[in-house]
Amino acid sequence: MTRLLFKTTKNARPKLLADRARLNFLVSLVLILSSVLLLRLAYLQIAQFSRYETLSLKNQMSIIPIAPPRGIIADRNGVVLAENIPVYVLEITPERTVNMQRTVANLRALLPSITDEDVDNFKHACQQNRAYTSIPIKLKLSEDEVAIFASQQYRFPGVSIKARLMRYYPLGEIAAHVLGYVGRINVQELNQVDTSNYHGTNFIGKTGIENYYENKLHGQVGYQQVETDVSGRNVRILNKTAPISGEKLYLSLDIRLQQTAYEALKGKRGAIVAIDPRNGDVLVMASTPSFDPNLFVNGITIENYKLLSNTINRPLYNRAVRGLYPPASTIKPYVALAGLESGTVDASYSISDPGWYRLPNVRHVYHDHKKGGHGMVNIERAIRMSCDTYFFQLGHRLGISALSTMLNQFGFGQLTHIDLTEEAAGILPSSEWKQKTKGVPWYPGDTLITSIGQGFMLASPLQLANAVAALSQKGVRYRPHLLLKSVQNDRHKVYLQPVISENPVKLKHEENWGVVTEAMRSVITNNEGTGYRFGRTAPYSVAAKTGTAQVFSGRQYVGVRYENIPELLRDHSLFVAFAPVESPEIAIAVMLENDAIASAVARQMLDAYFSLKNTQKNTPKKMSGKIS
Amino acid sequence: MNYSAPKPTYRLTSKSIHVDAPLLMLLLIVVGVGLLILYSASNENMGMLLRQLMRLALAFFIMLFFAIIPPHKYKAWTPLVYFSGLLLLLAVALIGTIGKGAQRWLDFGLFRFQPSEIMKLAVPMMAAWYFDQKTSTIGYKGAIAMKELLIAGLIIFIPTVLIAKQPDLGTAIMVLVSGLCVVFLAGLSLKILLGISTLIGLCVPLLWHFMHDYQRQRIFTLINPESDPLGAGYHIIQSKIAIGSGGVFGKGWLTGSQSHLNFLPEHATDFIFAVSGEELGFLGSSILIVLLVLISLRGMQIAKEAQTTYTNLLAASLTMTFFFSAFVNIGMVMGILPVVGIPLPLISYGGTAMVTFLAGFGILMSISSHRILFTSFN
Repeated sequence: MTRLLFKTTKNARPKLLADRARLNFLVSLVLILSSVLLLRLAYLQIAQFSRYETLSLKNQMSIIPIAPPRGIIADRNGVVLAENIPVYVLEITPERTVNMQRTVANLRALLPSITDEDVDNFKHACQQNRAYTSIPIKLKLSEDEVAIFASQQYRFPGVSIKARLMRYYPLGEIAAHVLGYVGRINVQELNQVDTSNYHGTNFIGKTGIENYYENKLHGQVGYQQVETDVSGRNVRILNKTAPISGEKLYLSLDIRLQQTAYEALKGKRGAIVAIDPRNGDVLVMASTPSFDPNLFVNGITIENYKLLSNTINRPLYNRAVRGLYPPASTIKPYVALAGLESGTVDASYSISDPGWYRLPNVRHVYHDHKKGGHGMVNIERAIRMSCDTYFFQLGHRLGISALSTMLNQFGFGQLTHIDLTEEAAGILPSSEWKQKTKGVPWYPGDTLITSIGQGFMLASPLQLANAVAALSQKGVRYRPHLLLKSVQNDRHKVYLQPVISENPVKLKHEENWGVVTEAMRSVITNNEGTGYRFGRTAPYSVAAKTGTAQVFSGRQYVGVRYENIPELLRDHSLFVAFAPVESPEIAIAVMLENDAIASAVARQMLDAYFSLKNTQKNTPKKMSGKIS
Repeated sequence: MNYSAPKPTYRLTSKSIHVDAPLLMLLLIVVGVGLLILYSASNENMGMLLRQLMRLALAFFIMLFFAIIPPHKYKAWTPLVYFSGLLLLLAVALIGTIGKGAQRWLDFGLFRFQPSEIMKLAVPMMAAWYFDQKTSTIGYKGAIAMKELLIAGLIIFIPTVLIAKQPDLGTAIMVLVSGLCVVFLAGLSLKILLGISTLIGLCVPLLWHFMHDYQRQRIFTLINPESDPLGAGYHIIQSKIAIGSGGVFGKGWLTGSQSHLNFLPEHATDFIFAVSGEELGFLGSSILIVLLVLISLRGMQIAKEAQTTYTNLLAASLTMTFFFSAFVNIGMVMGILPVVGIPLPLISYGGTAMVTFLAGFGILMSISSHRILFTSFN
């Protein structure tokens, strides 16, 4: 049976088609191909190991900078002027998204509050930013929006919600020019700062204190080393170096006075600067029209910016330090000092004022602002009534060189070096100056109009306040400054801004200070004085000088009622003062464009100052610590 | 005359279970290792592991069942299987539901079914069946003539084209390879082989023309993956980083950062080998390759020992298809072959391919265990 089976099987067994050679060929193919795989595996894992190990570590590790909280800015009493508020920000890291266009479109479908404007700003920021930084597309998400996005986050690789600190100016317009504002760092600014310290920082001070004290306000960047997954989510933190927050700045401003100034100027174009003449503390620096600095923090919209910049009012312009005006009669006290010092005139020297002045051998007649003149005028009456004729003859006899030397000592035509970058130097004309800039020699007529603060001379309200502060201190000058002290929160280190003395004005005859000061006091107290708008009686003593800067010098509006002159052609009014006369502690300059009430505004300011001072004196400081 | 051939006697390993012990052992080892890798690749997802385990149980059951069926039955059913498979493919082309953006599935309500998977088995079976028929024909010279080549070509290319059209390039390639393997073994003369090779060389531009954009892109990025590091080249770059950073000993099981932090795409399916490379290192991964090669060698051994044309051709073809799948997948993950959707057999997460491969191994075991008993004869 077995045999039969075998035979049958053998006969039935067909010829095998696949020959051994071909099967063996396939077997060797298997061996060859698998050797290729093993070789490749060895190449990747042994030969190229260190390269891929590095790449793998780079994949999972990332160093994330932690931006330091920006320093807070407060006034001299600790009232916060600029702070950081936490907001939820929707951010996109463009490099981590799959499809940018679609991501943005889907986000907008999910969160309808994202406007075209947001998207435009975002695209703009994308072009300016460094690679692999997350760029905000929507600031200030509401709680609801945060919840909606969080539930859908898986759909949006590269998009995340971050809690960010955003700069906020609680007082808005009131101190906008002094504080300035922060804005997104642009590429240019990035080139000027220590880039490693600005990793993770989105904002930088653009103007004002924010700009000038950027170094103090910024702080030191911190780092954390994190393990991230492919969508950039942090899986865990491996290492952390905390940032050092920016210093808290205390400004010399008294925000209560600043607010008074802002309200007094509201609706007008003008500036007020008040300085403590004893140390250069700037108590008030207001400029109107003002603007809301909060608009700039998130990147101002083009429409808003146009609104702010393309108007005659120029709200972005800090008139207090950049606005240059003819100082007009406010410089007469210094001219008088120059005359007294040089011996050209003395306190008793009088002239008869016919209401005009004429240079010898020149036909042109220089008119006094008062037709018919002031009668017999000595130096005190000349200041009190702002007699142009007196100063024409004084200026002519003095000559431009003595005149500009004196004005130069009071800081005109130079930067005060206040801690703001926007300051303008103004113009103090001299014969060399005219020859250099105009290419024309100095004429005696130029001296005349310079001696009443018109003509080429230009000064900023800050310079006016600074000069009158020096006058109040009998020539002792301090550099005006806005920073009082800065405190490093983390380290409890206090930096006190030093009081910097400037070259003092030295007189040969000290009694001349008294002559000018008494004349300035009579501007207010005497019935002849030009300070009638200030009021004859104030509960404190004041030394002041008014000024009226001509805007339009034609005969067209001579004798026309002030209200009937087109607003932009009306004269500017100026007012400088210090108080109390006996021991001056505040020096002020008020400048109003095309408006006559500078004196009245100054009165409001000084009233506010002294009433604040009295309330502080009468209410003793609350005892700290209530434990008893 | 009523001639009836005596029924052949088969060797039985046990009463009902036909297994090839070495093959079964190797399969169990590889599947076990695969489950460990999958557990890590799935980010320690027990649910995924259990689902894979259930699929494996089903697949092994099918394998054991297929091993019981004697080879001559397969031979008898071959045309039926092939043509019904072809019909299903046509059905998919006509009414197939959209699955993963491509028409591959037939939805039977209760389960979805991928007819192209059948063809992985049916095409080599049909080709082997055809040449088996030829050998019994009188006058057949043992070398393939043009007419045979043409018919075999139709048997192979019709389903290949239908599958490629779905489009499922990976499966189409596997089906093509399984068929060509049979033709090669059936005695395709070297002259014709050479001729076809040149013809294919000429057809490449034509093929290029018919390719989908994403298929072309894969070839581009294969040549230079760094050219598109965040797009198509991302897969290859990340998987090379995963493997390369594994080094000799690997980062350790469950500690691969590339896969656990999701840098490596599809790390549980097509790119699972990169996980093994990263976590088990050169040592572990080369052992895995060797295990896969051992399975292939065992399959070729079975083919060599097969006693009929049909079983001989079929066994070799099934084995080579398995090996080729593994080779293309691992080659792709290591960046020496283009990214085509071919999973790593026995290890990648997913059911359909797993069932097909184990069914193929079932047929191999059937061939191995149903050999006609020879007595030693001197």
